[in-house]
Amino acid sequence: MVEHRPWRALSGHLVLLLGIAVVVLPIYVAFVASTLTFDQVTTVPMPMTPGTQLVKNYGDVIAHGSTLGSRAPVGRMLWNSFVMAMLIAVGKIAISILSAFAIVYFRFPLRRTCFWLIFVTLMLPVEVRIFPTYKVVADLGLIDTYAGLTLPLIASATATFLFRQFFMTIPDELAEAARIDGAGPMRFFWDVVLPLSRTSIAALFVIMFVYGWNQYLWPLLVTTREDMYTVVIGIKRMIAGGDQATEWQLVMATAMMALLPPVAVVVLMQRLFVRGLVETEK
Amino acid sequence: MEKRVVFRSSWLPYALIAPQMAITLVFFFWPASQALWQSMLLQDAFAAKTQFVWFDNFKDLFADPRYLASFRVTAVFSTLVTVLGLTLSLLLAAFADRVVRFGAVYKTLLIWPYAVATAVAAILFVFLLNPTIGVVSLLLHAMGVDWNYLINPTHAMILVVIAAVWKQISYNFLFFLAGLQAIPKSLLEAAAIDGAGPARRFWTIVFPLLSPTTFFLVVVNIVYAFFDTFGIIDASTSGGPVQATTTLVFKVYQDGTQAMDLGSSAAQSVILMAIVVTLTVVQFRFIERKVQY
Repeated sequence: MVEHRPWRALSGHLVLLLGIAVVVLPIYVAFVASTLTFDQVTTVPMPMTPGTQLVKNYGDVIAHGSTLGSRAPVGRMLWNSFVMAMLIAVGKIAISILSAFAIVYFRFPLRRTCFWLIFVTLMLPVEVRIFPTYKVVADLGLIDTYAGLTLPLIASATATFLFRQFFMTIPDELAEAARIDGAGPMRFFWDVVLPLSRTSIAALFVIMFVYGWNQYLWPLLVTTREDMYTVVIGIKRMIAGGDQATEWQLVMATAMMALLPPVAVVVLMQRLFVRGLVETEK
Repeated sequence: MEKRVVFRSSWLPYALIAPQMAITLVFFFWPASQALWQSMLLQDAFAAKTQFVWFDNFKDLFADPRYLASFRVTAVFSTLVTVLGLTLSLLLAAFADRVVRFGAVYKTLLIWPYAVATAVAAILFVFLLNPTIGVVSLLLHAMGVDWNYLINPTHAMILVVIAAVWKQISYNFLFFLAGLQAIPKSLLEAAAIDGAGPARRFWTIVFPLLSPTTFFLVVVNIVYAFFDTFGIIDASTSGGPVQATTTLVFKVYQDGTQAMDLGSSAAQSVILMAIVVTLTVVQFRFIERKVQY
C-alpha cells in the first residue's frame, strides 16, 4: 500500500463485505425457502431463518418432483446433467487434444484448411444456429439421446487452440530425443505430450464441466421426454403456470441442487478454474 | 510459428483430426449453410410450399416494427448489463486489490456466481422479486414502489438486468483483479510522492493502464448479453410483458418454435451471425495491436 491509513483498509473491507452480502443474498433466501413448508413459504413475509423441512423437501423432489408442477423426479435430472457435463468436458478435451497434436506435429496437405475450418467455429455460439442444428440432429434421429444432447456442443475450437498454444511451448528437443530413441508419434503423445498437458487438461475440464452442466437452450429443444430433462431445464417446468400455486420450497430445493455441483467444482478447484478461464480467453 | 521437428506419416494425422472435423462439418458447417439457404426461402406453415425469395426475408425483418423493437431491447439490455457489470466489478476489484488481509477469502466468496446457470440465476431473482411473496418486493412495496415485473415493462427489464449482472460480476471481477495486480506499484508510489491522492491516481494511472482489460471485458460482456442470457429471459419473463424483454436471440427462438416462421427465424440467425463475427473481428484486431496507452 502506498499510504498507511487504517480507515482506508476498513472502508475496503466494508465495501467488499457489502458486495459479498448482495451476491450471497439470493442464495441464502433460496436455501431458507428450501427448508420451509409450503405454508411457511407463502406467508408474507417469509421466515428468514432455516426451517425443519430440509431432508423432506430435498428427498421429495429427488424421488418424485413437485406435486403441482412437473412431476419428473429431480434425481434422474441430476444424473442427466452429470452425464451431459462429463460427456461434453471429456469429449471436447479428447477430440481437441488429438487434432491439436495433428496440427502441430505433422505436415500434411489440407493442414491449413483444417485449421481454418476449426478456427471459424470459434465465432459462432450454438445460440445463433440453433434451428438448423436442431434439424440436423432430428434428421440423424438423435432427439432424446445423450449423443444429440452433447455432440453439437462438442464442436468448438477453444480447446483445440488452447492445446495448440501449449504444444508450441514444448521444447523441440523432446520430440527429437523421442525420434532418436525410436519412439513413434503415438508413443511420444502418450509418454511425453499427455503428461506435460496434465494441468491444462484439468483447467479445461473445470471450465467445460461448468459449461456443460449449465446448458439451457439446447437441452430445451433436444429433449422431449421427462426422463431426458436436465436439472437446469427441469426447474422452470416446476413453476406452475396460471392459477395454480407454485411450490416455491420445492423449486428452491431443486435450484440449490442444480447450482451446487458446478459451484463446488469452481470453489474447490479455484486455482485450476482461474487458470482455465484466463487461458480459454486468450 | 511452426515446429522444427515433425513426425512423418501418410495417414495418422488424418485419423487424429478426423473426429473433430467430422463433428465440425456435421454439426457446424451443415447447419450454418442451411441457415444461410433457409434465410432466403419462404415457407408456409406446413412446409408444403417453398419458394426462393432472395433477400425478402431480410427486407421484411427490417420493415417489421417488432423486430426493430427487439433490436432496441437488446441494445438497452446489453448496454445496461455491460456498464453496470463492469462498474460494480471494477469497484469491488479495486477494493480487493488494496486489502491485504483476507484477500483470498473475498476472492473465493465473489467468484462462485460464475458457476450458476443463467436460468437458475433467473429463478433465484424471480423468487426474490416475485410481486406477491418476494422478500425484496415486500421491501419495495413498503417503500412505496408498486413493484410488479409481470405487468410493468421497466420492472421486467430491471429484473433481467439484475440477474444477468449478478451472474457476470465474478467473471469481470477476476479479470479486473488480475489487471490491477499487474500494474507496477512503483508507478503509484511515484505519483503519491508527487502528491496525487487516491482518486487522482486511479483516474490518471490505474484506469488508463487497465484499458486493455476493460476493452476485452466490454466485448465479452456484449457477447454475453446478446447470446448467453437466453436462459435468464426464458426462465423469468419469457420476453414479456408486451415484448419488453424480447432480445434478438429470444425472438429467434420464439419465431422458430411458436410462430413457426422458419424463413424469418433463419434470416434472424444470419443477422446474429454477422453481429458475432463483427464483434470477434473487432476483438482480434484490437488484441493484436495490444492497445496503445
